[in-house]
Amino acid sequence: MVTLDEFTKNIEIELDDLESGTLTSDINYRDLEQWSSMYALIIIAYVDSEYNVTLTGDDLRSCNTVRDLYLLIKSRV
Amino acid sequence: MKPYIKHITEYYPEKKFSNNDFFIKFPELKSKEETLLKVGVLSRYIVDINVPASDLVFNAAEKLFNETNINRNDIDFLVFCSTEFDHYTPTTSSILQNRLKLSNSIGAIDVVSSCTGFVHSLSLVKGLIEANEFKNILLLCVSTLTKTFHKKDANSHFLFGDAATAILISNRVEDGIGKFVFGTDGGRSDYIIVRDGGGRNKLTEQSFLEEENEYGNTTCNANFFMNGTGVFLFGLKTVPKLIDEILFKNNTTFEEVDYFVFHQANKFLLKTLQKKLGIPDEKFVIHMENTGNTVAATIPIAFNSLMKNDKIKKGDKILIAAFGTGLTWGGTIIKY
Repeated sequence: MVTLDEFTKNIEIELDDLESGTLTSDINYRDLEQWSSMYALIIIAYVDSEYNVTLTGDDLRSCNTVRDLYLLIKSRV
Repeated sequence: MKPYIKHITEYYPEKKFSNNDFFIKFPELKSKEETLLKVGVLSRYIVDINVPASDLVFNAAEKLFNETNINRNDIDFLVFCSTEFDHYTPTTSSILQNRLKLSNSIGAIDVVSSCTGFVHSLSLVKGLIEANEFKNILLLCVSTLTKTFHKKDANSHFLFGDAATAILISNRVEDGIGKFVFGTDGGRSDYIIVRDGGGRNKLTEQSFLEEENEYGNTTCNANFFMNGTGVFLFGLKTVPKLIDEILFKNNTTFEEVDYFVFHQANKFLLKTLQKKLGIPDEKFVIHMENTGNTVAATIPIAFNSLMKNDKIKKGDKILIAAFGTGLTWGGTIIKY
């Protein structure tokens, strides 16, 4: 699996209306102004496609940061 | 003789609800416009609260009679597929038989189904034609789902639209509709639901208590609710298997399919599925920009976009796949 920094960058690219550098591995992604259910779908689709790991709504609820997500995915790869 | 789709007619409510109208109603979401646009809707039609689904579909059927040379007396059976009915009893299809001046010597039934409604109904129509040597069946698929939305439910107001479709299914010598695959998982029936107001839960004061979800979207138990991430995951996991099963059952290879027409649930889900399945752009139909997700009407509308533009030719194979409320799924291969 890629490094946490690369993973964070990739997620930011997927959420393509975010300004570069807005997403860091330790901010609570729910605090992003644009955070919406569509962002959740984008992350679910990206992780399914890149890592063949299924993230659920509950997973997204239990995580707060990209770092939390990264560690969760890493444990399932 | 074998059933085939002969003609499709679309009919929309008068009131158009554009994205501009949407952002006037929900100005707080303007900053999320770019993200919202990923669902692939620029405009949709909204039915007047006082207009029943049967009125919309009556107009669709009348339009079909104007567009084709079919004689009303040659319709052998009527199927009305909806989730909104004129009365608790009698069936709305009986009322439509009379309003459409169809023969008294026909059968008429109501089918209660949403996203998978067209596929459910088409399989019944196929069976009716093959078992009874009927020549012409009128299938009416309509959605007026927007009536069930909470006024603060922005996500649903953005994604869905209302529409009616009338489909004439006739018979011919060659095959026109393949074998069907179906699935049902009532264990996830609460993923897309109007909880209160039916036989199970009566409307009470509690039914109208507003609940805001983690994404800031609001609804209540008396109104429509959808678990968006749950439904997305369901589509992502179920549809690829469904496609494999449809191809296998119809002894068809992936490459032999000329067009893939899926339930137009949400453009982002459709694009994700397209990528996952490796369907080339020229074979994949996305047609919801000006209508939104119209539930049971999406496949007929998307299929008609191929028919109207003369994109398909006789003998083409079109794989249709529906999925949604229930949760249910199903599909088949249409031979044009």
